Amino acid sequence: MNARSRHLVRGTALAGVLALGLAACGSGDDGGSGGGDAAPVDTASVLEKGGEITVWAWEPTLEDVVTDFEEKYPNVTVNLENVGTANDQYTALQNAIAAGDGVPDVAQIEYYAVPQFAISEALTDLGPLGADELDGTFSTGPWNSVHSGDGVYGMPMDSGPMALFYNDEVFKKYGVDVPTTWDEYLEAARTIHEKDPKAYIANDIGDAGFTTSMIWQAGGQPYQVDGTDVTIDFAGDEGTQKFAEVWQQLIDEDLLAPVGSWSDEWYQGLGNGTIATLTIGAWMPANLESGVPQGKGKWRVAEMPQWEAGQHATSENGGSSLTVPAASKNAELAYAFVDYATNGEGVQARLDGGAFPATTADLESDEFRGTESAYFGGQKINEVLADSAANVVEGWQYLPFQVYANSIFNDTVGQAYVSGTTLDDGLAAWQEQSATYGNGQGFTVNK
Amino acid sequence: MFVGPFMLVFALVFLAPIVYSLYLSVFRTQMVGGTTFVGLENYAQALADPQFWEGLGRVSLFLLVQVPIMLGIALLVALAIDSGRLYGKSFFRISIFMPYAVPAVVAALMWGFMYGTRFGLVGNINEALGVSLPNPLSPDLVLASIGNIVTWEFVGYNMLIFYSALRVVPHSLYEAAEIDGAGQWRVISAIKLPAIRGALVIATIFSIIGSFQLFNEPSILQSLAPNAITTSYTPNLYAYSLSFSGQQYNYSATVAIIMGLITMVIAYVVQLRGMRKEP
Repeated sequence: MNARSRHLVRGTALAGVLALGLAACGSGDDGGSGGGDAAPVDTASVLEKGGEITVWAWEPTLEDVVTDFEEKYPNVTVNLENVGTANDQYTALQNAIAAGDGVPDVAQIEYYAVPQFAISEALTDLGPLGADELDGTFSTGPWNSVHSGDGVYGMPMDSGPMALFYNDEVFKKYGVDVPTTWDEYLEAARTIHEKDPKAYIANDIGDAGFTTSMIWQAGGQPYQVDGTDVTIDFAGDEGTQKFAEVWQQLIDEDLLAPVGSWSDEWYQGLGNGTIATLTIGAWMPANLESGVPQGKGKWRVAEMPQWEAGQHATSENGGSSLTVPAASKNAELAYAFVDYATNGEGVQARLDGGAFPATTADLESDEFRGTESAYFGGQKINEVLADSAANVVEGWQYLPFQVYANSIFNDTVGQAYVSGTTLDDGLAAWQEQSATYGNGQGFTVNK
Repeated sequence: MFVGPFMLVFALVFLAPIVYSLYLSVFRTQMVGGTTFVGLENYAQALADPQFWEGLGRVSLFLLVQVPIMLGIALLVALAIDSGRLYGKSFFRISIFMPYAVPAVVAALMWGFMYGTRFGLVGNINEALGVSLPNPLSPDLVLASIGNIVTWEFVGYNMLIFYSALRVVPHSLYEAAEIDGAGQWRVISAIKLPAIRGALVIATIFSIIGSFQLFNEPSILQSLAPNAITTSYTPNLYAYSLSFSGQQYNYSATVAIIMGLITMVIAYVVQLRGMRKEP
């Protein structure tokens, strides 16, 4: 894995992790999804019976969840292991699955990587175990992300609906209105950079997760996956073209700071006003608070700029689910734990730890929405972020080999940021290399 | 009988990894379809893989430019120190050797920071002098920037090899040359250089291997310049990316084996030529 993506991924993980200050609210414990039906897990009796499960996750708020869980169900032993963040863990998991030995009972997997594990039949379909009855429990974006075909391969643990974080001081100083459409955003970018050549509206050196989320918001569906039949089409995808048109102008006119996210320069830029906005997932506030203390009181949150005025479309950026690998010998108990952590009492502990929820009950609760954030000048940021969660565009699919595709993003699309290559050319190269890889892995891509 | 324990350790430590790589390289594991025996297909694929050849071309260019510069500087320094005309020669010797003691990862990080055009040394120079130096981490310059780091790291090491070879040249030869009226340049070309031919060849071979295995520096700088340093920038980096991001262990092993063979062949040819030629 290249160092850049590790860096980025680590940052993203930190994001989920460090999210302090997001207030929490009560979450009803439905005590599992038990029932008389033969298939769904009767969580209560399974938990009473007890046993031992191993959980692979890097999300730190799970430590509190496990402590509470073991206290409540003394017959259950949970071994929480951090075998690496994101890609490192996926490699370990893939190795364990290939070896057929040492596979955990529960594994944290980011949304974009879920299809990759689901398609290779490495995960248990949680639908029959009780997840089928949970429609409406989670916000749409994450809930769709854990579906693959007819199955439910994970339970949403957190979410990252996107929003526009902006440095209000910079906008006031240059008399620029906060953009509500991407056209206005482009104009604002020009004005800010013109008034201060050192200031940029945003930083971007090519980021796969950001680009796919932007295309997602624009209504694009460049990836179509039906079992092992995969289509990748950037050139003919309307959403992709909308994004490429605006972004190409930002690149051509040097309106994006050539600074990688999560770098020292990035944190400095966010603090000193040379990077004026961030279009990023709802897990960002805690990162700003911990990483950019000098930005206190200056930052605000607004709805993501729209592709057409008057719309309210958003997309997801980051977030992970808890899954039960198919090789787990204790799938029922594993499901009971996952249910507790993502849908039961565990949610409260994770919110207290600063995570951004995926559960609609929490997103809609007045206590959560009404919390005023001192860092954001007293703004009720959760209102904006929770609304974003409700407005995520439906129908987006990731590739069943997105992990690899993202790793070659800078080889291909990234060239548009440093050379005469256009975004369209870069996307075409990305498409071609992704397709070659997919075909080599036994999928039928673009055939 | 007595070689038994040695052979056992040898087999475990040296042969087993190679055999295992060979074994891996004749299979293919797919996400859909599982593992199948494919014979030499991976090799055919690698030999027709433009990314592999581009990477090889890049390290070859690196080898042709960086290695002569580095060895040239090392030789000059070694001759200067050996000539005895330099004051404080032990200070020079140790300070030129010092970078070799810095771990490659740390060195790459340090230089990567200095190369920064915003907050790094280059940025500071731009700021202070009001100039606009080209970005050392841009796609056009990054290979030269890596060459600079590697030269900085290994000049001292090669200097030490040359210097120790020079120290064992019998002084009677110099005295004889002096009696014959030979100048310093004549002494260098007729006595010193031929005497350290073996050391020169060894240093060249090490440098060839080092260039072909280029990995640490590009891998570290990649986080600073992801668009300039691709995942297949050098063959080693390519093998690493294939295995860690792509789970293509089989193909990765194949690339590694081919690269190992190419390195061996070139190093062997250089050794044959270097040792055969008479002055």
